[in-house]
Order: sequence, then structure tokens, then C-alpha cells
Amino acid sequence: MAEIKIDRERCKGCELCVHFCPKGCIEMENGYNRKGYQPSTFVKRDKCTGCAICALVCPDVAIEVWR
Amino acid sequence: MQKVYSRPKGLTDAEFAYCAGCFHSVAHRMIAEVMEELDIIDRTIGVCPVGCAVFMYEYMACDMIEAAHGRAPAVATGVKRVLPDRIVFSYQGDGDLASIGTAEIIHAAARGENITVIFINNTTYGMTGGQMAPTTLVGQKSTTCPSGRDPKQAGYPLRVCELLATLDGPSYIERVAPTNPAGFNRTKKAIRKAFENQLEGKGFSLVEILSNCPTQWKMSPIESLKWIDEHMTKTFPPGVFVDR
Ligand SMILES: Cc1ncc(C[n+]2csc(CCOP(=O)(O)OP(=O)(O)O)c2C)c(N)n1
Ligand code: SF4
Ligand code: SF4
Repeated sequence: MAEIKIDRERCKGCELCVHFCPKGCIEMENGYNRKGYQPSTFVKRDKCTGCAICALVCPDVAIEVWR
Repeated sequence: MQKVYSRPKGLTDAEFAYCAGCFHSVAHRMIAEVMEELDIIDRTIGVCPVGCAVFMYEYMACDMIEAAHGRAPAVATGVKRVLPDRIVFSYQGDGDLASIGTAEIIHAAARGENITVIFINNTTYGMTGGQMAPTTLVGQKSTTCPSGRDPKQAGYPLRVCELLATLDGPSYIERVAPTNPAGFNRTKKAIRKAFENQLEGKGFSLVEILSNCPTQWKMSPIESLKWIDEHMTKTFPPGVFVDR
């Protein structure tokens, strides 16, 4: 059981979390946030191990992780 | 479930104004995490650079001072000598540290000042529009060398770690490349060690972070990481240059 929460408004859509998540749990959204960026979104809850690599690489400190 | 990653206490709530994927954000966050882990937020004083990180004081939960361009090591020296119980760091880009501030960093290192220096080498003047920096690679394009840096005209890149490692003053100098999760961990460890050294009174510590500038490099953040690995590390090899 693990969970991440992406702060949609802090996210700048840099795609680092998408690129480095070893389980492919994160994808880019189609919509836009208030800053005008396309944020990332957590799509595969069942695959997430809570390794926190996404939070490790996120420049904008937009990700919180539970495990 | 237990929370395993939260926003570090060393940061304020302010959102970074940096471009998407910029490593200034990564470096700020890691300094904040280290300050929290070492429980030194209340007694740390940082010195901001001139450059994209000029507003760093908005983001850090510790005390911060603004220095004139390149003078951060001189300001940090003064603060540390007057308040030796505080933890003092300077945070500087390559234009700031390796161009206009070359004298200040060399002499602070030679004196073995008991300060921590976080050096963000992104090979360009990000803030002012992507001009050539002392660390721009041979052949690398910038707004002031649009067909690539030509050594005949502009000389060669400055290797700050190697230069400072010839001095007796520094206690710790490392260059890191946060281009993958292992590199991110290595970077955090290096920053932590650079602060621990100061707590132990060991003297001058500098961490050079091979950083990106996706905007001025005209690349996506992911492409910029690959570019660091494939090009930057050839001129600026990561490693520990001094540890004593
Ligand atoms: C005394 C002085 N000279 C020149 C400038 C203009 N200036 C502002 S930022 C900068 C260079 C910043 O480059 P760097 O240190 O590499 O930081 P980056 O923006 O890439 O993070 C320069 C030359 C200034 N502000 N003050
Ligand atoms: S790493 Fe952070 S800022 Fe970048 S896309 Fe993921 S959540 Fe957004
Ligand atoms: S211009 Fe470059 S260094 Fe400055 S915030 Fe943008 S990506 Fe970062």
C-alpha cells in the first residue's frame, strides 16, 4: 500500500517524475493549472511502492508520499 | 500508511519562480532538507547571489542576506567571523562565482574560511538571457557565441573545483551531477557533508552542482539531464577533489 499526492498548482509539468518513476505510475494531464502548465497526475495506485523517487527528483516539491 | 516525504521545514511556503525543471529548485530543496536534518534552520544564515537565485531569501526558512554580484563569499566571511556560532553558506551561479566573483571565491578558499559554498554551474548566465559564462563548454552555443564558444576568441572553460583543489585552505570540494536518482542522492549527501564540515569547524567546503538551464539551453528538462551526462561531465568530471 502506497500513495502519492501531487500538488497540481505547484507542479510545472517538467516530467521528471514521469520519467524516473520505476513503475510508470505517473502521467501528464491534458488540462492546465493556474500557472498555465500541464501538470502530472498519479494514475496507477496499485503499482506504486512508495519508493519516493518522484519526490526525490521533483524540483518544485509538489509531491508528498505515504507508504 | 506513514508519510515518507513531506515539504522540508527549511523551505517557506512560497512557490519557486524558477523555470520548469530548473535545478535551482532542486538545490534549494536539498539545502532545506539538510538544514532540517541537522536541526540548524534557526541558526543558519545564507548569502544569496545575483542571478536567477537572487530571490532565494523568499524560499528559505533560515535568515538570508543579499550580496552584490560575486561578493557572497566575502559577505559570508564577514558574517561567520562576527557570528561564529552561526552556520553560514553562500549560494552562487557560475557567472556569480566564476566570473565577476573569481577573486572572492579564490581568497575565501585560500583562507580556509569556515563556510559552505553551494555552486550552481549551469554553463550560462540564465537570468540575463543566456550569455556565455566562464563555464560555457567549447563549442556550446549561447546568445553571445551563437555559433559555439571558440577558444581562439573566448578561451577555455574554468574548472573551479580543480583550481581550488590546488590550495591548502579547502577542507572539502566535490562536484556532483544530479542527472538520475542516484545522482540526486549523491548531491544531497555532498550538501550535507559540506554543512557538517562547518559544524565540525573543518573549514571551507564547496559543492559544485552540474545544473541545467532548460530555458537558455532551449531543451526540455529531460533532454537537459542527458546533455549534462553526455557533454558537461566530459569537461567537468564529477568527483571528490578535496576531503581532509
Ligand atoms: C555588478 C553587476 N554586474 C552585472 C550584473 C548583471 N547580471 C545579473 S545576473 C548575471 C549573471 C548571472 O549568471 P549566473 O551567476 O550563472 O546565474 P544564473 O542566472 O545562471 O543562475 C549578471 C551578469 C549585475 N546584476 N551586477
Ligand atoms: S517532477 Fe514535480 S513539477 Fe515536475 S511534473 Fe512531476 S510533480 Fe510536476
Ligand atoms: S533561466 Fe535557467 S537558471 Fe534561470 S530559472 Fe530558468 S532554467 Fe533556471
